[in-house]
Amino acid sequence: MRRFIGFVRKEFFHIIRDRRTAAILFGMPVLQLLLFGFAISNEISEVRTGILDLSHDVVTEELTNRIFSSNTFLPAGNLSSEKEIADSFASGRVTEVIVFEPHFAQRLQHDGIARLQVITDGSDPNVSRIVTGYTASVVRDFLREKGFSSSGVEAVPLMMFNPGLKSVFLFVPGLMAMILMLVSALMTSISITREKENGTMELLLVSSLKPLQVIVGKVVPYLVLSFVNVITVVTLAFFVFGVPCRGSIPLLLFESLLFIMTALSLGILISTITSSQQVAMMVALAGLLLPTVLLSGFIFPVASMPWPLQAISYIIPARWYLVVVRGIMLKGAGIAALWRETIVLCIMTLLFMTISVRKFSERLQ
Amino acid sequence: MKVSGGIFGGLQVVGHLLRKEFLQIFRNKGMLPIMFLMPFIQLVILSNAATFDVPAVPFLLQDYDRTAISDRLVERFTSSGYFRMEGESFRQESGIDALVDHHADMVLTIPRDFEKELNGIGHARIQLMIDAEDGFTAGVIMGYADEIVTGFNRELASLLPASQGLVRPAIDIEIRPSGWYNPELVYTDYMVPGILVVLVTMIGMFLSGMNVVREKEIGTIDQINVTPIRRWQFITGKLLPFWIIGLGELTAGLLIARLVFHVPMLGSYALVYFVAAIYLLVVLGMGLLISTLSDSQQQAMFIAWFFTVIFILLSGLFTPIESMPHWAQNLTQLNPVRHFVDIMRRVMLKGSTISDIMQQLGILTLQAMVMLALAVNRYRKVSA
Repeated sequence: MRRFIGFVRKEFFHIIRDRRTAAILFGMPVLQLLLFGFAISNEISEVRTGILDLSHDVVTEELTNRIFSSNTFLPAGNLSSEKEIADSFASGRVTEVIVFEPHFAQRLQHDGIARLQVITDGSDPNVSRIVTGYTASVVRDFLREKGFSSSGVEAVPLMMFNPGLKSVFLFVPGLMAMILMLVSALMTSISITREKENGTMELLLVSSLKPLQVIVGKVVPYLVLSFVNVITVVTLAFFVFGVPCRGSIPLLLFESLLFIMTALSLGILISTITSSQQVAMMVALAGLLLPTVLLSGFIFPVASMPWPLQAISYIIPARWYLVVVRGIMLKGAGIAALWRETIVLCIMTLLFMTISVRKFSERLQ
Repeated sequence: MKVSGGIFGGLQVVGHLLRKEFLQIFRNKGMLPIMFLMPFIQLVILSNAATFDVPAVPFLLQDYDRTAISDRLVERFTSSGYFRMEGESFRQESGIDALVDHHADMVLTIPRDFEKELNGIGHARIQLMIDAEDGFTAGVIMGYADEIVTGFNRELASLLPASQGLVRPAIDIEIRPSGWYNPELVYTDYMVPGILVVLVTMIGMFLSGMNVVREKEIGTIDQINVTPIRRWQFITGKLLPFWIIGLGELTAGLLIARLVFHVPMLGSYALVYFVAAIYLLVVLGMGLLISTLSDSQQQAMFIAWFFTVIFILLSGLFTPIESMPHWAQNLTQLNPVRHFVDIMRRVMLKGSTISDIMQQLGILTLQAMVMLALAVNRYRKVSA
C-alpha cells in the first residue's frame, strides 16, 4: 500500500510539474465557462433593421416606432424602393428588412388584414428564423395593445426552470461533460500510452506493484483533478451567472463521480488498444470528444437530429450525464426521476472496465 | 539530376526532408485510416447533428373544460404537425412531473369554464407550461403555439354563434417571412462550408502540433540538429507535407459537399483553394509553434485542443457572431477560423469574388506571415 501511495504521488508530481498543462487544466474550464456565459449564445441581441414603408400612414409609423422602442431592433435606415434591398444585404448593413404593403392602414381597417413582409438573410437559417420570430412577437404585442385582438383565446406562457431563457443554463452541464471527457479520458489514455511508447510501462509492470495497481495509480490523479474541475465549474456558474443548483448537491457530485469513472474507463480502454500517443489522441478526439460535443445535446438538441444519429447518441455516455446534470441543477430532480440514466452509466462503466481489464491481461501474457 | 549549391542545393535538402516526412506519415498504420476517415465522419455527422430544428413537440394535455370548443382547440394543436399529444391528465402535479421526467416538453392547460367565458365575455385564457431548460427551443415552441392560437381566434367567430358578436373576427397583420439566398432555409447548405474549415483546421493543427515534439520525445530531433540543415529548410520540410495533406482533405470535403449534400458552389473553386492555401499556413505555423514550444506530445495536444476549441466556438460556426457582445465581436477579428468560415460561406453560397473578401484575406495573409516568422524564429537547434 505504501508503494502504491508513493506511485500515485509520483504521478501527481508528473502532472503538476508540467506547469503549462497544469495551467490549462485548471484555466480551461474557467475560461470556457466565461466564454459560454458571456459570449456564446443563440439569442440575438441586435437586429439591424431596414424599413421599406410603401404606405407611410399612421399605423405603419406607429408600428415602426414600436419595433425600434425595444432594444432588440436597431434602425438601419429607411429604404425607398425594393431595388435597394439586395444592396443593403450585400453590404451587410442590415440583418432584416421589413416591408409594409401600400395602403396598410386602410387595408387593416377595411379588410381586417394587412400584410407586412419580413426579409432576412436566409443563408443562416437559424438567425433568419429567430429574427422573424422576434418581429412576429412585436407585431402581436402591438395588435394586442391596440385592442385589435382583445377577443378570443390568449395563451399565457410559463417558462419553467429557466424563465430568462438564458443559454448559459443549457451550456453549463454540457461544458462539464466536455471537460470531464477531456481530462479523464483523453489525458489518461495519452499518459498510459506514453509509458508504453517510452518503454517505461514494462518497467512499471516488473516492479513490485500489481498491474491493477499501476493502472489505478495512473488514473487516481486524473480522477481528483476532474473532481476539482466539476466543483470549480458549478461554483463559478452559480456565482457569476446565477445558474442554480436546485437539486441535491451530494447527488450531483455522486453522478459526476460516476461519469468520471465512465470516462476514465474509456481512457484506459483506448490506451489498451492503441500503441502510440498520436493514435490514442486521434481516437479519443474523434471517438469521444467530438461525439460529446455534437451528439450529446450539448449545443444541438438530440431530438432535432435524424434518427440514425439519435440512435448513435444512446451509446454516448455524455448524453445520459447531461440529462442527469440538467435534471438536478435546473429541475431539482431527484434519483426517482433519474434512475434510468444512472443505471445506464453504471452499466457502461462496468462494461468498459471489464473489456479493458481483459485486454490488459491479454497483453501481459 | 544533380544540382548543388545556392538555392537549388537548399531546395534539395528540403526535398530529402519531405521524403522522410511522407514516408513517416504513410508508414503510420494507425494514423492513415483516421486521416482519410475524418472528413467523411465529420461532414456526415456534423452537418446532420448541427441543427436547431424543433421536431413535433410532445405535450401533455390538461383539459378541465372538455367541451366541443376546447376539443377544437386541442385538435388545432395536434393537427398542426408542430405538436404531438403525449397523454392527458387531470392532476395538477402530473404536469410538472412530466416536464421533469422528459415525458413532455409542454403542458397545455385549458381551464374549466373556457367555453363559458368565451361565450360570456368573449375572452379566455389557456396556460402553456414550457420546459425552458433549452431557452432557444422554448422560444420556438412558444412561437408555434402563438401561431396556432392566432389561427384559432380567426375562426372563432364562426364557431361560436352564441357569443353574439362578442367574439369579433380578429383584425390581423399577416407576416410573410422570406429568407434570401437560401429560401428553403436548408441548414446543411449553411453548415457544410463551415465544417470544411473545421476539418482543415483540426487536421492541420494536430498533425503539425504533434510533429516536432514527437521527434523531441523519441530523441530523433538531435539527429536532425547535428545536420547542416537551415532553419527555413527545416520549417519548410515540416510544413509542406501537412500543407499538401490539408489541401487534400479540403478536396475530399468539397467533393462530399458537392456529391452527397448538394451544397451549391456559386463562387470559384480557384478562389477557395487560394484562400485555403494561405489559411493553412496560419494553422500550420501555429501548430509548429506549439510543437517547438512544448515538451511533450500530451502538452502539445492539450494546448492545440484548447486553442482549436476556442477558435471554433468564437468563429460564428455554431452560434451567430451577431449574438455576441461587442467586445467579443471585436475579439473575433483575431480569429483566423472566423475569417475562413466567413469567406467559405460567402464564396460558396453568395458567389463572392476576391474583391468582396479582400479585407478578410488581408488579415489572414498578415496572420500567416506572423505565425511563420514566429515558428522559424522559435525553432532552436538546442535540445532542452
